[in-house]
Amino acid sequence: MSEVPLHHILFVSTALFFIGMYGFFTRRNMITMLMAIELMLNSVNINFIAFNKYLFPEKMDGIFFTIFIIAIAAAEAAVAIAIIINLYRSHKSIDVEEASEMKY
Amino acid sequence: MNEYSYTALIPLLPLASFLLLGLFGRKYLSSVSGWLGTGSMLVSSILSLIAAWQYFFTDGMVNGAYQKIIAIQYTWLQFSPNVSIDMGILLDPISAMMLMVVTFVSLMVHVYSLGYMKGEERYATYYAFLSLFTFSMLGLVLSSNIFQIYIFWELVGVSSYLLIGFYFDRPAAVAASKKAFIVTRFADLGFLIGILILSFYTETLDFNLLIERLSTPTPQLTGIITASFMGISALTWGLVLVFIGGAGKSAMFPLHIWLPDAMEGPTPVSALIHAATMVVAGVFLVARLFPVFILSAPAALEVVMYTGVFSALLAAIIACTQTDIKRVLAYSTMSQIGYMMFALGVSGYYAESGAGYMASMFHLFTHAFYKSLLFLGAGAVIHLVHSNEMKDMGGLRKFMPITHLTFLIACLAISGIPPFAGFFSKEAILHAAHVNNSFIYWLALITSGITAFYMFRLYFSIFWNKASKIHDNHHGEGTWSMKIPLLLLAIGTLLAGFIPFSSFVTADGIPYHSVFNIGFSVLPVLFGLSGITIAWLLYQKQNERAEKISGSLGGLYHAAYRKFYIDEVYLFFTKKIVFNLIGKPAAWFDRNIVDGFMNLLAVITQEISALIKELQSGKVQGYAIYFFSAICALTILFIYILN
Repeated sequence: MSEVPLHHILFVSTALFFIGMYGFFTRRNMITMLMAIELMLNSVNINFIAFNKYLFPEKMDGIFFTIFIIAIAAAEAAVAIAIIINLYRSHKSIDVEEASEMKY
Repeated sequence: MNEYSYTALIPLLPLASFLLLGLFGRKYLSSVSGWLGTGSMLVSSILSLIAAWQYFFTDGMVNGAYQKIIAIQYTWLQFSPNVSIDMGILLDPISAMMLMVVTFVSLMVHVYSLGYMKGEERYATYYAFLSLFTFSMLGLVLSSNIFQIYIFWELVGVSSYLLIGFYFDRPAAVAASKKAFIVTRFADLGFLIGILILSFYTETLDFNLLIERLSTPTPQLTGIITASFMGISALTWGLVLVFIGGAGKSAMFPLHIWLPDAMEGPTPVSALIHAATMVVAGVFLVARLFPVFILSAPAALEVVMYTGVFSALLAAIIACTQTDIKRVLAYSTMSQIGYMMFALGVSGYYAESGAGYMASMFHLFTHAFYKSLLFLGAGAVIHLVHSNEMKDMGGLRKFMPITHLTFLIACLAISGIPPFAGFFSKEAILHAAHVNNSFIYWLALITSGITAFYMFRLYFSIFWNKASKIHDNHHGEGTWSMKIPLLLLAIGTLLAGFIPFSSFVTADGIPYHSVFNIGFSVLPVLFGLSGITIAWLLYQKQNERAEKISGSLGGLYHAAYRKFYIDEVYLFFTKKIVFNLIGKPAAWFDRNIVDGFMNLLAVITQEISALIKELQSGKVQGYAIYFFSAICALTILFIYILN
């Protein structure tokens, strides 16, 4: 069984990142945008794991970073959903275009 | 600290009363505010009597001369090792005398106001302002330092402004208070420059040091102070500028225009501020610096003398034509202060040659009694007839016997009829003038005749002349709180002249025995009596003679009635010249250049923000694109360009 080469994994993570970015830029629903952000974060996680495994197999730094990012992503999701709920209460909508009171 | 440190309480008690009434008066103390103010004033006057007694009869005299005693001295602002602004209390004959005058007149006015101002809405505020004034005036006379006197000088000006404008719902009162403040403030500019010149050369602000250094200058200092500017020595310039400040407060020509208008204030205030105390501050200032004037800069003293005698004559002439009784009194105040000023001017320094100085202070002392009496009497009259105009009065002697009697006493005193107080002090002034300068003497003599005329014109117009218009439903002479001060001041007017003043207050501090010369006083008394007789002929009964005479004088009468157009000259000067040549260009510069520059900055900012505000669209995803593009740009920059 041959190992998956590094650049395949990088290809996947890059694809995942740009899918996330595309989603973030095109969707107007905030929940979807939040999911897109999660995609981007996970693509970064994959990068960390891959580099850790292929370049410095004897170290664990990449894994620690990944765990950090997962924890932060969870916290961020909690905060973001709270914001979204409040936004929904005040605007009866979770469309980002609707929430434009703070512009110039 | 020494045995005189209690004198600090004399000004501080009115200050405490001011703070108390000013902060809590209207809400909590409005019913007792009058008694509170009067009570603190009473304690203050008792203390100042004790201080004066102690000074004159116990401690003041050392080796046959009155010493200057520093009761309290502490450094307030230290500029350099030699120069500092101190706060202190200086006791010498004139400040002890002024202490008594100020506290006594102020006490009388406080008591009088209990009745006069009763029922006023801002009763507590009135007493707070009175206390503030008394505090400032006492601070002024006790100052040991020329800068301290300047501070209190301004405080006095402020409280005068507040009290003149007490009826701030009347436009005339507001205008008068502003006029008084601006004119005296303008004069104070001269005072300040004078202080700076004097203290620059002597390197001190302390009165004692200043006087010592300037009156007996060291050779080095002589070189500096005689350094001339435009042909006049720097010292003379400094003293003339200081005198300008004094002239502004004391309403000397040509800075007198504020005083008649200041009569818009409540009448007791006029009695206190514009008759007895504040307006003599200028005389006091010149007297305080007298050794410098007489020993080092006699030219400045000549300015004082001619200003004084000219103001005395001018004011007396104007007073003959005025119909508002308070304005007549205001001009007579100006005239009497003119007397005090030129008396200083004709004075020498040593022993009996300093008679003018003594006479000036004596006149200040007696004038305080009879002039505040006149004003308080006028206040009682105004209280009864509700008008300031002579034509609304007449025949009042039956309705107000006490006011009538006391007013008559004061009129006799100011006319210089023996044995009332004004006689003695005026004789002393005229005698000093006679000895030194006969031109001044004759002018003063004529003025004293005119004084008797206009005072009795006032007296007859109020109390005799036509039958009274007042019917039985009038409210009488006023309360006892208004009558008692009149009686006390009348007693003062009767007795003050008998004080042997030259054994207390002299120019060089050494008492001497003044000789009273009966032969000399015949002529002035004759002048006074003839003035009274003319007034009796013209005004005792209602007749046409006065109108005929004023008609035959024509233009002269009219000019005097319009106060010799001095107000108009000022208006012309300020409105036409200052406003057009300085005010308007300055306003143009302000509107177009200063404001224009600021507006330009605002417009630039506005345009730029209008351009870039589109960036802040409120679209979250738009921001994310900027962010991402910036990251990409930075990545390219750092990886491919800077590397």
